[in-house]
Amino acid sequence: MTKASTSLVPALETTLGASRVVSDPAACANYAVDEIIPSVVVKPTSPEEAAEIVRFAALENLALIPSGARTKLRIGMPPSRYDIALDMTAINQIAHYDPGDLTLSAGAGMPIAKLNATLLENRQFLPLLVPWYSRSTIGGAIASGIDSPLRQFYGTARDFLIGAEFIDGAGKLCKSGGRVVKNVTGYDLHKLLIGSLGTLAVITRLNFRTFPAPIAGSRGFVASFPNAEGALALRRAIAQSPLTPLTFDILSPGLAQIFSEKIPATPETPVFSGEARNANQYTLPPIGDWFQPREWQLCAAFAGTPEVLDRYARDLTRLASESRATSTTILDDTTRPSVWGRLRETLSMLLESSPATAIFKISVLPTQFAALFATLHQFADLAGLPHALVARAGGTLYFALLPASANDETSTRLAQVASQIFQSVSAAGGESSLLFAPPTLKTRGNMRNPSRSDLPLMHRLKSAFDPQNIFAPGRL
Amino acid sequence: MNSGLLRELEKLLGPASVLYRPEDLLLYEYDGSVEKGRPNLVVFPATTEDVSRIVKLAAEHHLPIVGRGAGTGLSGGALARTGGVMLVFARMNRILELDIENQRAVVQPGVVNYELTLAAEPYGLYFAPDPSSWKSCTIGGNVAENAGGPHTLAYGVTTNHVTDLELVLPSGEIVRVGSKHGDALGYDLTGLFVGSEGTVALVTEITVKLSRKPEAVKTLLAIFDSVDDAAETVADITARAITPAACEMLDGWTLRAVEDYIHAGFPMDSAAVLLLEVEGLTETVAAQAAAITEVCNAHHAREVRLARDNAERDLLWKGRKNAFGALGRLAPSNYVLDGVIPRSKLPQALRRIRQIGDHYGFQIGNIFHAGDGNLHPIVLFDPRDKKQFEHALQAAAQIIRYCVEVGGALTGEHGVGMEKSELMPLLFSDADFDLMRRVHDAFNPDSSLNPGKIFPLSKGCGEIRIRPQSSPRPGAA
Repeated sequence: MTKASTSLVPALETTLGASRVVSDPAACANYAVDEIIPSVVVKPTSPEEAAEIVRFAALENLALIPSGARTKLRIGMPPSRYDIALDMTAINQIAHYDPGDLTLSAGAGMPIAKLNATLLENRQFLPLLVPWYSRSTIGGAIASGIDSPLRQFYGTARDFLIGAEFIDGAGKLCKSGGRVVKNVTGYDLHKLLIGSLGTLAVITRLNFRTFPAPIAGSRGFVASFPNAEGALALRRAIAQSPLTPLTFDILSPGLAQIFSEKIPATPETPVFSGEARNANQYTLPPIGDWFQPREWQLCAAFAGTPEVLDRYARDLTRLASESRATSTTILDDTTRPSVWGRLRETLSMLLESSPATAIFKISVLPTQFAALFATLHQFADLAGLPHALVARAGGTLYFALLPASANDETSTRLAQVASQIFQSVSAAGGESSLLFAPPTLKTRGNMRNPSRSDLPLMHRLKSAFDPQNIFAPGRL
Repeated sequence: MNSGLLRELEKLLGPASVLYRPEDLLLYEYDGSVEKGRPNLVVFPATTEDVSRIVKLAAEHHLPIVGRGAGTGLSGGALARTGGVMLVFARMNRILELDIENQRAVVQPGVVNYELTLAAEPYGLYFAPDPSSWKSCTIGGNVAENAGGPHTLAYGVTTNHVTDLELVLPSGEIVRVGSKHGDALGYDLTGLFVGSEGTVALVTEITVKLSRKPEAVKTLLAIFDSVDDAAETVADITARAITPAACEMLDGWTLRAVEDYIHAGFPMDSAAVLLLEVEGLTETVAAQAAAITEVCNAHHAREVRLARDNAERDLLWKGRKNAFGALGRLAPSNYVLDGVIPRSKLPQALRRIRQIGDHYGFQIGNIFHAGDGNLHPIVLFDPRDKKQFEHALQAAAQIIRYCVEVGGALTGEHGVGMEKSELMPLLFSDADFDLMRRVHDAFNPDSSLNPGKIFPLSKGCGEIRIRPQSSPRPGAA
């Protein structure tokens, strides 16, 4: 509890009404970030109300962390201070949707799955298929900066976020960008919000361009390989072909095994109505025997007319065979969701697979993959830690260490491997960060992002947005 | 002129790389826009270190600095509004690296856009942003303005293709932001700096993504007897979620001027044409071309013509890309606007533009990126006629205001620069400006870098700033 906490609750209740302010310790614990519990939870129902709370926090110098469905609050470093949890889930309206322009504007607390259900009525969707999909909000997806397998085709959020409204550290409502697909009016401040973990501003509204949903005809493809070399050879062949798959990921045997054995704990919601699933089916079907859990897999998805689907199936199968795949399978609407859903939920499944999962996000150029895969596996094996890896074939990969138990000894081994990973990725010209980890590991030694030369510029930006450092201090 | 600074710059760069005589500076007092602003000195750095030293020297002498590529910009972004030292990147024009396997190129800011595509072509790759001025504009300028072009409809504008920047801050400090792989940790500084119109840093090195050339391309020319039908076709193509690689529109009046000059094959008696391109797998292209033809026919296209070969395709694109030059033949002066509207509003926007033109007695032509709602109305006028000139300004302001009213933006690809700084309050509040100003000041606290751009100089909703000029501007997008 902070010094202000005694007066905090009545003051907020006076401002907002008692029903929007929660100070019950059990309820506050639900908003903990890395075991740090706020003094109070406030749930504004409008951007203006949220701005009022920020002004209050600025006046009282209280630290505030905005959140949506709280599925990805574990990303980033533990906050150095945390007084007010700002629950944004009541700001969840579609403010504007022009299907004819393929543009959309919605409140930060809007659940992505609900939004996509609306868009699908017009055969459109937002390719923000992030983990914890059925619960995630658009604000949380943007603030966490998490990607999805669909980035292969649609890019990351920076490629389809066209504007935003947000509250700065002085409690003023600001905006940048707009609601049109092409726009160079003013600075692209909204891009800075992506992955900012609530450190720059409180997002109140997001504007996106939407996309035709790939529901008319879509297929999946899985090829299995006895070693990484085969999967990487196929990656290279696809990258140099005219094919432009929607998703394109390489899975290590460790991850393939998790996919084969487990079902994500997050309730499943059908992404596309075209998928042959009942609306009341809440878990993903098990993966088929065409998935080889002891091998490397390359998974891809593609969509189009029957002629296009045939072409993909033909070319991918041929390229896989030239890369010495042990098996290849084309997935249809009944089998594809089992893989696609797991790929989307990879990070949540990895966290569920160990009591002390540590997940690294590593970005390198694809030519570094082969050496890096070998190095990562070597580090983990030497430390006796089970591991799993997924590589978005454009260059970003997630590597998880999955110790069987959580204790000091494990923590030491995790820290050791973490520093080895940071060093070797950096030496290869890439970047790595600890995306998810037990709080004890994050605070142990230097688990912060290995230093970037532009870090001082980021601090200057943080001060421009939030001069008093009240937004999620210490999280970035 | 400060002779001490001149001597120091000549010592640093050599006398040939420093211009100071009025007759030499004349060339650098204008760009592709209708603005003017003469620098005190023009210098040609050869290295990033040169840039850093020049910036520091200028600061010692309290002179503002401004960067400039080829000077094809259309909003006055590369003009020395308040004088000072202009850095022209013509000598920093090397492609430093072509990484074919990872589809990246590292270039200096003075590399011409088209030259990068030419260099990548033998490997089946190209640089996707393709402004109409691509044969002369530089990638540094593209980065500053976040340039677009016809094919950005499907592939995104400059910012979607830049992964890493080396910058010189107004303090002279050299910094790198982003990363070659494109997934840098922390805030997306690359996303902030691209399109910041040279107001926060000078760009000295750029890493861009190279795109793979498609297997198949089909170019269609859809011919209409009414502008409304053409506009409805574009709105319908968008609404049906067909994404062509490019979707350009020329109205009848414009295409006749172009045809007279270029002989691209546009039918002289039509009311409007759409130039559409589909790219991708052979099978995808066939399906998309069929779908587009169907939409065109549903909206009473007189004819949908498929370019038979590359020669015909190139000719159609030549007509499009050189259109603004052709229009220069029609009137003593013209003013190319750049506004954006939601694509669903295209038919009504074109009707409104016609009404505004009728009201003032102007012919306003339209040749633009219809597929992304990026309008380029062209007002033709005689600047010697003061009343006509005033009316041209009023008509232009009315059109831009209309774009904002229907939910659009002030500029889609030309930038705010000097041209539209006074219109910014139409879209942004005091709080928005305060934050933008704080971000600006975080890097450029003394406004020594490119002062007088983007931010309005006066309070309240002002007007478009344009000055008459008599030559056509071929660089227009």
